[in-house]
Amino acid sequence: MLNYLISGISLGSVYAIIALGYTMVYGIAKMLNFAHGDIIMVGGYAAFCAGTYLGWPVPLAILFSMMICTILGIVIEKLAYKPLRNATSLAVLITAIGVSYLLQNLALLIWTSNPKAFPNMVNFIPSIVLGKNSDNPITISSATIVTIAASIIIMVALTLFTGKTKMGKAMRAVSEDKGAAQLMGINVNATISVTFAIGSGLAAIAGVLLCSAYPTLMPTTGSMPGIKAFTAAVLGGIGSIPGAMLGGILLGILEKFAQAYISTQLSDAIVFAALIVVLLVKPTGLLGKKMTEKV
Amino acid sequence: MKKKLLSMILAGAMAFSLAACTSGNDTAGTENKSEPAATTETTTDAGTETADVATEGDGVLTGTLKVGMIGPLTGGAALYGNAVDNGVKIAVDEINAEAGSFQMDYNPQDDEHDAEKSVNAYNQLKDWGVQAIIGTVTTTPCIAVSAEANSDRIFMLTPSASAADVTANKDQTYQLCFSDPNQGSASAQYISENSLATKVAIIYKNDDAYSTGIYQTFKTKAAELGLDVVSETTFMDGSDTDFTVQLTAAKDAGADLVFLPMYYTPASLILSQANAMGYAPTFFGVDGMDGILGIEGFDTSLAEGVILLTPFAADATDDLTVNFVSKFEAAYGETPIQFAADGYDCAKVIYAALKFYAENNGGLNVDGMSASDLCDILIQVLSNPAFSVDGVTGEQMQWSSNGEVNKAPKGMVIQNGVYVGL
Amino acid sequence: MGNKIKILGKTNKNSLMGFINYGIIILFFVVITIVKQAGALTNALSGQLIPICAYIVMALSLNLVVGISGELSLGHAGFMSVGAFSGVIVSGAMNYGGVTNGAIRLIVAMIVGAILAGIAGVVIGIPVLRLRGDYLAIVTLAFGEIIKNVLNCLYVGVDKAGLHFSVTDEAHMDMSAEGVTLVRGPMGAVGVVKASTFLAGIILILLTLFVIQNLINSRTGRAIMAIRDNRIAAEATGINVTKYKMIAFVTSAVIAGSAGALYGLNFSTIVPKKFDFNTSILILVFVVLGGIGNLTGSIIAAALLTVLPEIFRPFQDYRMLVYAIVLILVMIATNNERLRAFWKRIGHVFRKKGGEVNEQ
Repeated sequence: MLNYLISGISLGSVYAIIALGYTMVYGIAKMLNFAHGDIIMVGGYAAFCAGTYLGWPVPLAILFSMMICTILGIVIEKLAYKPLRNATSLAVLITAIGVSYLLQNLALLIWTSNPKAFPNMVNFIPSIVLGKNSDNPITISSATIVTIAASIIIMVALTLFTGKTKMGKAMRAVSEDKGAAQLMGINVNATISVTFAIGSGLAAIAGVLLCSAYPTLMPTTGSMPGIKAFTAAVLGGIGSIPGAMLGGILLGILEKFAQAYISTQLSDAIVFAALIVVLLVKPTGLLGKKMTEKV
Repeated sequence: MKKKLLSMILAGAMAFSLAACTSGNDTAGTENKSEPAATTETTTDAGTETADVATEGDGVLTGTLKVGMIGPLTGGAALYGNAVDNGVKIAVDEINAEAGSFQMDYNPQDDEHDAEKSVNAYNQLKDWGVQAIIGTVTTTPCIAVSAEANSDRIFMLTPSASAADVTANKDQTYQLCFSDPNQGSASAQYISENSLATKVAIIYKNDDAYSTGIYQTFKTKAAELGLDVVSETTFMDGSDTDFTVQLTAAKDAGADLVFLPMYYTPASLILSQANAMGYAPTFFGVDGMDGILGIEGFDTSLAEGVILLTPFAADATDDLTVNFVSKFEAAYGETPIQFAADGYDCAKVIYAALKFYAENNGGLNVDGMSASDLCDILIQVLSNPAFSVDGVTGEQMQWSSNGEVNKAPKGMVIQNGVYVGL
Repeated sequence: MGNKIKILGKTNKNSLMGFINYGIIILFFVVITIVKQAGALTNALSGQLIPICAYIVMALSLNLVVGISGELSLGHAGFMSVGAFSGVIVSGAMNYGGVTNGAIRLIVAMIVGAILAGIAGVVIGIPVLRLRGDYLAIVTLAFGEIIKNVLNCLYVGVDKAGLHFSVTDEAHMDMSAEGVTLVRGPMGAVGVVKASTFLAGIILILLTLFVIQNLINSRTGRAIMAIRDNRIAAEATGINVTKYKMIAFVTSAVIAGSAGALYGLNFSTIVPKKFDFNTSILILVFVVLGGIGNLTGSIIAAALLTVLPEIFRPFQDYRMLVYAIVLILVMIATNNERLRAFWKRIGHVFRKKGGEVNEQ
């Protein structure tokens, strides 16, 4: 029981950290960035290359990965999303899917389809073993500890950033009303670029942590966790930063419990069914803001 | 600053791909030492059918054969398709360097592991004038394509599509790999005969035809042999990262052997998570497990003691394997997995079969031959009990007329990071 | 989603567009038939004709939800899946029972597939249509995944006593020895006896156009579009929002089901995994690229985007890369404000109507 709870939290914290990036970009730019999962994959590869091929120390490798992803995020935003700033959100969604295909196939050409075993980059913290002397000792891996800590830190930092700083306030203004924000002298384009840069930098951290916890790296590594994390973000209320955290952890626990106590075959169906039930009771997710309708 | 960095990365990426390209090109001519190519030293004159094809009568194989390959070169299953493609390329280079007047014109097509795309790829190959097909690599597309090819009378030899449905009712589709029922029951038999376990747990992939196929036959055979299967758990595409629940179930049930009928990517995660849990049963894999030691950066100590039934081991010391592995490593900078070996053998089998026919029927010129005539020839040779091939995935490979290969699976155990034959 | 989608225009314009749509499809059929007779049709294209028909129908059906009803659905492949599997099962059972005529099997399969997909549409529509925007999208995605997951566990066989079902494995179907397994869980339907023809596909498209265009031009269609344009105003004028949304959603599901049956009976095997999130997205790409609410656009986009990856085969390893780049460029070229204005100026406006997107 406790065992499943811990593995659920450990999986959930990975979903949470990806969902934070999703929700951040959605909250400000009002677009579903389906390429987010693939930026995570690029982050994983960048850290892998820096750490394994170039032999850089871990902090430097993570920093390198964040830089690559931040630049990638800005470039993608400039080239693909900015020209569509005033287009329908569906057009942007499809473009994001195109970007996702593009990144996956680029990765396939650069790093080939062979999987890489990602080194655990966060083992500077020892794993905790509960009940060492009992029959069933429970291990909390270093990756889990770091992922949970990182997602909490990122959640708090993002909340403070959007709430307190000038840039954060500008972001919220853009999210509320682009036109009005522009009239107030806010550079909307720059603000959205910064949002993407932050979201992509977070994706790099998520990539390193995802791969440290589940060490197989392939060009498709990011896509399924991406969809799950998107689900988590919606469960928590998309656009809400604490919601993404809550949604991610809940989804992870739910998935593990469904597998453990109901059926490993139907666990995905059960998770999605639970999501539907939650949305029926709370149509904007657990912590989502109520939609106000203007007539 | 940004630009500099970006260009650095791009340059790095280009260097990578260039390195791969150049090393790929210069393998063709090198290493012409005694080619231990697939042998057809079966001199039995019994059953040499009357030559129904006009030939010069000198027993020589000539002409250019158009060989197509269909497999996933992009998408989630890309590593299997690319491995086969690379393996076939090595074999084609060898054949073209050796055979002189006989050449293979090779055309690989991507199917993204999708039945619809696979049929599209097949139709493209038909437009190209394909005479024989290696493929398809994955099971579901193969069932779709083999049905089409059967009605068009185009010969297919699949390197790795292992389900029984691939060959069922299709006389022109042959398998180079073991069929799933074959592997499942062979595994159960092996475990039972060697008394490897008293309690067995199974973890399989529910949305994968290969994995489920082996699982089902394993279970049936295990019940027959009285093996005690204590836990059966599964996973699927979206939930293939965390295996705590499956491993805990196996552990709680007291399983001392965990059967893993799956490919090596999820298996590597299972091994590392079992290790983290402090759970150390015997892990038993099938041919898809091969390649686990080749994952870049994989801690091979995690795979210590893993047993697998596989027809191919990259560090075997026979001439054929050494030749193939060294060429492959020189060309692609990585150790070939079993799929690559399967692809290599497929091309060699087709070559050997045509040569066999030419020798026994006074020669054969494949130029401009229709695919259906070639199909008849290849069926006739492969189902001939006098025909056998020594390849890197098995010695004395023979085929039954229903298309299944007959070769012995080798039991391997991983010790100190290498395979050791059992 | 907060975007305004322009109403299709006046009724007479609509019916004119309707005739154009029928014309395009019939022309497509005639041209292909002539080329085929002349022996100039490549195998590559002729093999894709039926999938193209199925995708066109899917795109039209999704356009009914996304364009006409204004709801984003990310799980449309789920309905296709229901139609494909029920169609394959029905066809397989009929074949076992001695009905070997392909046309009859196809028609019955399409009808059963449509009905079952329609039922799925009702079951899903009841909870889904209470939600809005992205939340509705994620719930449709969830349903698509649930359908896939459940089909992965489904085993169906047929023998003299009739159909047998199981959710565990083949052995639990309690089928007699001479029975035939039709659907084998994750391995999907194997040994499907094909029945789909190009002509059947064309007829299905025409039928779909007939249903959708008449729906749009009816009182019901106007109510649906009124809800899309302003739900609150529509509600205030006494339109039953849930009822009309349901009509659009279920009609769309029914059409998708019959497209699924057409698709399923064109291959000797289909697997549940085929109808996953990616396929749903693919169909959505057709709709968006063709122009939301624009039926002609959907037809052309579906046909072109199905053929495109095949045309790119000479690019070999770079094929999907080129496809991705083309997709992004086309989206930018057709949706960027400045470029749109530019297209207009040089008179190459393809869709003068559904055009201008107003910043709110």
